[in-house]
Amino acid sequence: MQSAISVRQLTKTYEEGATGTLALRGIDLDVSAGELLMLMGPSGSGKTTLLSIMGCILTATSGSVRVAGREVVGLREKELPAIRLEHVGFVFQGFNLFPTLTAGENVELMLDLKGISGAKAKKRAQELLEQVGLGRKYDSFPADMSGGQKQRVAIARALAGDPAIILADEPTAALDSHTGRNVMEMMSEFAHQRGRAVVIVTHDSRVLSFADRIVSIEDGMIATSGQPEAVPAGLLRNPQSQITLSLA
Amino acid sequence: MPPLAQRNLFHDKVRLTVTLTGIVFSVVLIVVQLGLFIGFTTATSNLIDHSGADLWITSKNVPYVEQGVAFSERKLNQVRAVPGVADAQKMIAHWTQWKRHDGGQESVQVVGINVDDPLERPWNLVEGRVEDLKSPDAVILDELYKQKLGVTHRGEVFEIGGYRARVVGFTRGIRSFTTSPYVFTSFKNAQDFTGLREDQTLFILVKVAPGRNIEQVRRALLAHVTDVDVLTSAKFSHMTTFYWMFTTGAGVAVLIAAVLGLVVGFVVVAQTIYATTMDHIREYGTLKAMGAPNSYVYKVIMKQAAISAVIGYVLGMFVSVFVVHGSQKGGAAILMPTPMAVGMFFLTLLMCVGAALVSINKVTRIDPAMVFKA
Repeated sequence: MQSAISVRQLTKTYEEGATGTLALRGIDLDVSAGELLMLMGPSGSGKTTLLSIMGCILTATSGSVRVAGREVVGLREKELPAIRLEHVGFVFQGFNLFPTLTAGENVELMLDLKGISGAKAKKRAQELLEQVGLGRKYDSFPADMSGGQKQRVAIARALAGDPAIILADEPTAALDSHTGRNVMEMMSEFAHQRGRAVVIVTHDSRVLSFADRIVSIEDGMIATSGQPEAVPAGLLRNPQSQITLSLA
Repeated sequence: MPPLAQRNLFHDKVRLTVTLTGIVFSVVLIVVQLGLFIGFTTATSNLIDHSGADLWITSKNVPYVEQGVAFSERKLNQVRAVPGVADAQKMIAHWTQWKRHDGGQESVQVVGINVDDPLERPWNLVEGRVEDLKSPDAVILDELYKQKLGVTHRGEVFEIGGYRARVVGFTRGIRSFTTSPYVFTSFKNAQDFTGLREDQTLFILVKVAPGRNIEQVRRALLAHVTDVDVLTSAKFSHMTTFYWMFTTGAGVAVLIAAVLGLVVGFVVVAQTIYATTMDHIREYGTLKAMGAPNSYVYKVIMKQAAISAVIGYVLGMFVSVFVVHGSQKGGAAILMPTPMAVGMFFLTLLMCVGAALVSINKVTRIDPAMVFKA
């Protein structure tokens, strides 16, 4: 299966004063289309940095990152938005909806960025909201919606760009278990039914069973990588624990 | 594009009120200061601009109309003899003292004219007729200065330069730039009021014959009449305005106040637009993370600035019209000609868009990775 994202010997150093902080140390990772991959690890381990680089939000210090077949390391900063727009959809822990826009308009905004506007955008936004079960919430403002509804709007917005890759940062952290499960079911469907590569950073042990693969990162390196059933029970109970067991 | 700019702007009513107040304040301040500048400028050269003359003949090196120096009125005949001169009349504009009924004295500028001639007649008469100036001791003044000169109605008698003066009419809106009101009277009366000898005048006003080149006639006058300057009305008007507005520093002060209005407005608007941008900085970060190019974000901010400018301009002009209208009865007129009102729109737009550039500079440096910070 072709890799939607391919990472080789990726390093990232944050410059801080005279000395730098090495956040990623030689990461190798492939994410295939149709795969749901979860990134786990303790706070500060580098998983969000990795997600940001894969999403072309952050630039790497060295190594190679191919997004939808295109090498992005070395590209100028102003070239990255176009790649994000074309290939990547984001789902954030804090939803990051525009509070002054309605649910429908939030989705329309993404369509507008893709060059779709007017009645066509409205129709498409309505369809996307229906897909996430919020067809009747088009004119609702985020402030009037529950956390789960907001996250579903965010997912609809991410899908509006029709991206090959969906990157999600703690998408269930602010949700109750039932709502979190619903959101994960949607993510799983996007990966398995629609062939998107889905990468999720999570600390939520309740959702690990949705993963096709779980990658654990510690100190900027991949500590473990394998299917959920192969993940040690300790990690499932406490995903932030420092486990360095290598999975076969 | 979804209405992000409009919604962001109208979402926070308090912030919107502060922004609009800043713009309105700035618009009114600039209109008042520029309007005063135009009002003053107009007032300095009122006599020249309304004279109807093409050329002014003065003694040598007279810098402005209030500084006329006496010369022989016999030059009038020499002037009339020059080809191309259709009409020429003596004229006096000179300071003297007005004595009120209460014994107080006020400085006035007596304007002496040939009442039978169309040159330099008082305009905007609201009471009386110009022909009334033919009666002995008759004077016409502006209603703005009634209180200052202690005048209540026509027919009242005062003293000017020790001579009897009777008020026969009033004009409206003829302001003097100085604190000395214009008092129109016949040439003969003006000679008495100002102590000028009977054979002297301060100016000769010339109307050039239709179809004749004003500059050629001016040169011909210079060649035929000695010891005088011959100035076009436009040139003398400019000299007078320049003297009062810039040599005295009065105009500079008003202009500086107008520039300050612009600066204060810019700072207030920049600060509020910047604060609004900061309120939504995370949203702009999200936009960038979603793949929006910087230009898309700039468009949102610029649109906010442009909407603020339009609303602020409309409200500001509404207030300004009241201020301008109210000033017409005061000693200093604030004028707002149409080109200035139109220009103010573009100035307001420029101010708001310029202020938005400060915010854009900040947005340019947003790290889209901020969206991952909960």
